[in-house]
Amino acid sequence: MQQFNLLLTSLPDGILLGFVYGLAAMGLTLIWGVMNVINLSHGPIIALGMFGTFFIFSRMGINPYVGLIPVAVFGLLLGILIYVVAVHRVINAPHLSSLLATFSVNMIIIGLGTAALTTSPFNVDFNAGGFKLGSATILGTRLIAALVAMLFTGGLYLFLYRTRPGKYIRAVANNRAAAELMGIPSTRILALSFGLGTMLAAVSGALIATFFPFSILAGGSYELKSFVIGVLGGLGNPIGALFGGLVLGVLEGIIPAFLETSWVPVIEFALFVVILLVRPSGLFGAKQ
Amino acid sequence: MKRKFLNVLGLLLVAAMLLTACGPAATEPPPPAATEAPAATQAPVATEPPAPVEKTITIGFTSSLTGSQEVSSKRQVAGFNLWMNQVNEAGGIALGDGSTVKFAAVTYDDESNKERVQELYTRLVTEDNADFLISPYSSGLTAAASIVAEQNGKIMITAGAAEDDAYKTGNTGLFQLYTPGSLYLISTVDMLKTLDPEAKVAIVHENDKFSTSVVEGLKPYLESQGFEIVLEEGYATETTDFGPVINKLVDSGATVLLGGGHYPDGSTFARQLYERKAGLKFISLLVAPADSKFPELGDAALGVSTSSQWELKATHTEEEAAALGIPWYGPTGEDFAAAYEAATTEKPTYHVAGGYTAGLILQKAIENADSVDPEKVKAALEAMDIFTFYGGIKFDTSPEAHGLQTSHQMVVAQWQKNDAGELVRQVIWPADVATADPLYPVPAP
Repeated sequence: MQQFNLLLTSLPDGILLGFVYGLAAMGLTLIWGVMNVINLSHGPIIALGMFGTFFIFSRMGINPYVGLIPVAVFGLLLGILIYVVAVHRVINAPHLSSLLATFSVNMIIIGLGTAALTTSPFNVDFNAGGFKLGSATILGTRLIAALVAMLFTGGLYLFLYRTRPGKYIRAVANNRAAAELMGIPSTRILALSFGLGTMLAAVSGALIATFFPFSILAGGSYELKSFVIGVLGGLGNPIGALFGGLVLGVLEGIIPAFLETSWVPVIEFALFVVILLVRPSGLFGAKQ
Repeated sequence: MKRKFLNVLGLLLVAAMLLTACGPAATEPPPPAATEAPAATQAPVATEPPAPVEKTITIGFTSSLTGSQEVSSKRQVAGFNLWMNQVNEAGGIALGDGSTVKFAAVTYDDESNKERVQELYTRLVTEDNADFLISPYSSGLTAAASIVAEQNGKIMITAGAAEDDAYKTGNTGLFQLYTPGSLYLISTVDMLKTLDPEAKVAIVHENDKFSTSVVEGLKPYLESQGFEIVLEEGYATETTDFGPVINKLVDSGATVLLGGGHYPDGSTFARQLYERKAGLKFISLLVAPADSKFPELGDAALGVSTSSQWELKATHTEEEAAALGIPWYGPTGEDFAAAYEAATTEKPTYHVAGGYTAGLILQKAIENADSVDPEKVKAALEAMDIFTFYGGIKFDTSPEAHGLQTSHQMVVAQWQKNDAGELVRQVIWPADVATADPLYPVPAP
């Protein structure tokens, strides 16, 4: 009974966190879905989003949620730049080439970030209050982050299904050659998709910074979680990523009720392997 | 024609001079008296004392310029560098044979990574020919470095490494500066015993060598003092979400939390305890609250305590050494702090003091040995029993725990607010050196 209570206490936290994890993973899986590129610079871009919040709130005194707008624009432009400089030339090469290209970008960002920001942990001293829900404490920062994540997911859905560029993205993801034959500027669409993916990563980082400490190396663990979530939700399925994020968040919330916290990554990655073996297309189906 | 003749003549003359010059040296060395003659005739040179021979000793260590140990490691290195600069600027250590010893440091960034530590300490020993080694910061990295030091027969002063095990595996070249991990929280428990003997204790700690070693010493001591341990939980080093752990903590009914690990996790844990209004009466975390960055947490830092290896406010003094009958060595705590503040504009933490004292110990051992011969220095370290601003320094010399620190003691420090409402770290235990009463229970958020 005591553990059941503990489970109920921890569950809301896990769900709220899951939305943010899902948003981060959505960026990774969108890029994979559209251009079959595994973006290994995903983690450092999440970290840059975290520093975005730090500079906007701690240095400039602007509300971190207002600061999401410049962070999103920065993420979008940075993604387009990375695509043009590092990815475009290897987009048709074997997967290893694009993997190495994005890994190089990862190392460049970490190197520059370490030189400029060190690897010391940073904190954003922001408090959005909280309230009790039964025995659970709901923190304002996590609740708002989950709502923003849902908003971005809804926005992405509308963009992909209701706008012309979104439809172009889906067309290029489906069959790039056919899309080009229909006059779709595939290079621009690929650059836009990469930009959207990095934008989602940066925004998720900016949200995470409102409740967790971070350093330039902090994105690595969220990148790994994004892989697990991507596989759970189906790599290439951005909406599935949100559900994958929820599954992971709930697991992180409830596992410590029964086992030591250090078991969380063991179980997460065991699940990752099991899903790959049993249902490689993910729980919610992936791009065929 | 004339020019050609002159050239040939010149060549012949040079050849003749060379033959004359080389001939006797090749067959018969010049008599010693002949070479000493000019000295005998030049009075000023003969009376000038011989210039002292200056030896430069290489000290090798790695520092974590990046990674999880960065904050504390940089402070340790800053302390060590202060010591080295002071000794070198003072002309080095004078030995009985008239020579002086100065120091040069060779250091690399270990990235807080054990594999890098082993690779780099091997390089320090084999390529950089380091004469003595200082440990990296943290018990985990030091354990990795100690293997290389021991395999190569090098003396390593272990600063910033409190875990006990490395000294209990037959190593003979390690000398520990910090109070061992197993004794880390003993002072805190003694204080709790006077404040609230009925406290229910939760132990939540990082799953690393150092924190685990602290808990191994803490648990039996808590039990022997009659405290009830209601929760014991480990967490991974990279943990950022302490929500589930805090839920467990609250659910356990604990009133006191003892635990933590290092700076990144400890500062995060403290912040989330505050945000979630965990309702604890007392919080003691390892390492993080001892750092001057900790007040960046704002009100979340208020009331958080730590076991500290050294605090300026309770620095050890010559009078204390005299009362204990132990010889004093080195600068006073105030002089050390003033020199550090002049160099960096920051107040020194115990990590800085540890780095400085690591050098100070080596200096004392070289002075006592009157040599830089590693065997003689090692014997001097084994015989050392001194008192510094940092506290007592004496090493276990038994084969079972060679090099373990046996003299140094901890104090308990707590973040409190001063009259101006600023967060300051006060020493709250032992009572005879306390600068403020313990804040117990800590104010509710």
